[in-house]
Amino acid sequence: MLKYILKRIFFMIPLLLGITIICFSVMRLAPGSPVDLETQLNPKSSVEMKERLKALYELDKPIHQQYWSWLKKLSRGDLGISFASDHRPVAAKILERIPITILLEFLSLLIIIAVAIPIGVLSAVHQDSLFDKITGVFVFIGFAVPTFWLALLLMIFFGIHLGWLPISGLRSLNYEYLTPWGQFVDLVKHLVLPVFISAFGGLAGLSRYMRANMLEVIRQDYIMTARAKGLSERDVIYKHALRNALLPAITILGLSIPGLIGGSVIFETVFAIPGMGQLFYMAVMARDYPTVMGILLIGAILTLVGNLIADVSYAVADPRIRIS
Amino acid sequence: MGFWETFCKNKLALTGSGIVLLLFLVSLFAPWFAPYDPGQIDLKNVLMPPSMDHWLGTDQLGRDVLSRMIWGARISLKVGFAATGVSIVIGTLLGAVAGYYGGWVDAVIMRFVDIMLCFPTFFLILAVIAFLEPSIWNIMIIIGLTGWMGVTRLVRADFISLRERDFVQAAKVIGAGDLRIIFGHILPNAMASILVAATLGIAGAILTESALSFLGIGVQPPTPSWGNILTAGKDNIDIAWWLSLYPGLAILITVVGYNLLGEGIRDSLDPRLKK
Repeated sequence: MLKYILKRIFFMIPLLLGITIICFSVMRLAPGSPVDLETQLNPKSSVEMKERLKALYELDKPIHQQYWSWLKKLSRGDLGISFASDHRPVAAKILERIPITILLEFLSLLIIIAVAIPIGVLSAVHQDSLFDKITGVFVFIGFAVPTFWLALLLMIFFGIHLGWLPISGLRSLNYEYLTPWGQFVDLVKHLVLPVFISAFGGLAGLSRYMRANMLEVIRQDYIMTARAKGLSERDVIYKHALRNALLPAITILGLSIPGLIGGSVIFETVFAIPGMGQLFYMAVMARDYPTVMGILLIGAILTLVGNLIADVSYAVADPRIRIS
Repeated sequence: MGFWETFCKNKLALTGSGIVLLLFLVSLFAPWFAPYDPGQIDLKNVLMPPSMDHWLGTDQLGRDVLSRMIWGARISLKVGFAATGVSIVIGTLLGAVAGYYGGWVDAVIMRFVDIMLCFPTFFLILAVIAFLEPSIWNIMIIIGLTGWMGVTRLVRADFISLRERDFVQAAKVIGAGDLRIIFGHILPNAMASILVAATLGIAGAILTESALSFLGIGVQPPTPSWGNILTAGKDNIDIAWWLSLYPGLAILITVVGYNLLGEGIRDSLDPRLKK
């Protein structure tokens, strides 16, 4: 098992290098001298900023040296200094916001698993039933709904029309005066809509995948064997079929991670949640390049780590993978 | 059964083509369909709810929402087609080369695909936009440049299975060059899956464009797009629900339309592709 994990980590190294090369190329996208272009576009440009850009990119050196010294800084965890008025290191700014984003992504993953898998399994077991047809329609619409629009509608309905849920931020104004239990309830109330919206995109995909998977497994010979030896339908479905259908779902969950992280820009901006996605959006709007590049890199690394976790858990669950 | 017979029997596919056709007509004849000039500011009728004069209400500058949505259909059609065109061309070329030649060429291209897939697409798009002006042309190209990986995998898989077939071997025997085999013999056989990917890709590109415009980094006002009308909806969320409801509904229906059409084409062109 350890050997398998080490092997996977080893295979990640070229990907990691590729990620840094792409990040570096995005920085060089601007035609002509990046210093001139960036500062021209930015109304807040100043001589000082030009100097800092020059220092950051080491523009007086050849490109491979620029890349190499940037990489060396990265390996020390140095992502540069933000252009925003706080002049703080980018790494620190990202680090303080990552927990919120990861918490939200984690909760949405839990919801996706808890909702999509039963839906997929039930609609496969009762294929062509009314339930299957209704969920089929929902899944189809789920693929097509712009999540930010759904967020607006839910804000209007639950936040403004009914007044049940807060529509922005993570805490109420009176948060500090609440009891610990009250603070918890307050946080949960603030999280309901963002987590639902973040999970929504993944729900359709996973439930459809689970359904297809389950349908395939049910047709296998060993299911027929299980039925033939007189097991109850319950045991056949939930013990024999479900376990085998669940395995590939781990991969799909891993694949849905970049979508979740990318989506954080949208729902954190809509709901004013102080996470990494919102920081990214603000950095893009303010043309705070060190922060933009830092988050782009971290987002890709998080995806890589997420995929590693998915691969490893697949190997834990399925011995065939780690042996071959 | 031929393609058209199967396609015409598929009610969902017909619904999809109906929606897509309607959108084409609306975009083409936007100046005739729109009851008002989409840029006409009317400060006496700001944020008016839907009425007989303004069927879908007015926005924060008194502009007619229906007219802006009709013109917005043009934008989403343009962006959808152009962005998908870019990603289909890149994806097909890379996938064809990787699948046909195999070996290290294939390995290099597919590692590149893996690396690109590590980036949350939306992050990559936003990062690139931060360095460029958010114009409609840049948006189209950027969405296209970040969306070709799926097509590459698809086309590569098709090429790998097709290159060993007898007709390809026969073409080689009569001395056809690589280019002729790739474009003249194999590609036509991979067109079915490319066409389906393109149709579904248009839906995805329209969703991405609307999200970008909603965030204020896509199509810039005063050019109307469904996404930037929704921005106004968010800014006036407590007083003007119609600004939020209708443009999103238009996006939803459009995307459903392209998805239905894409799945319809898939089921009719090639029953083997049916899921």
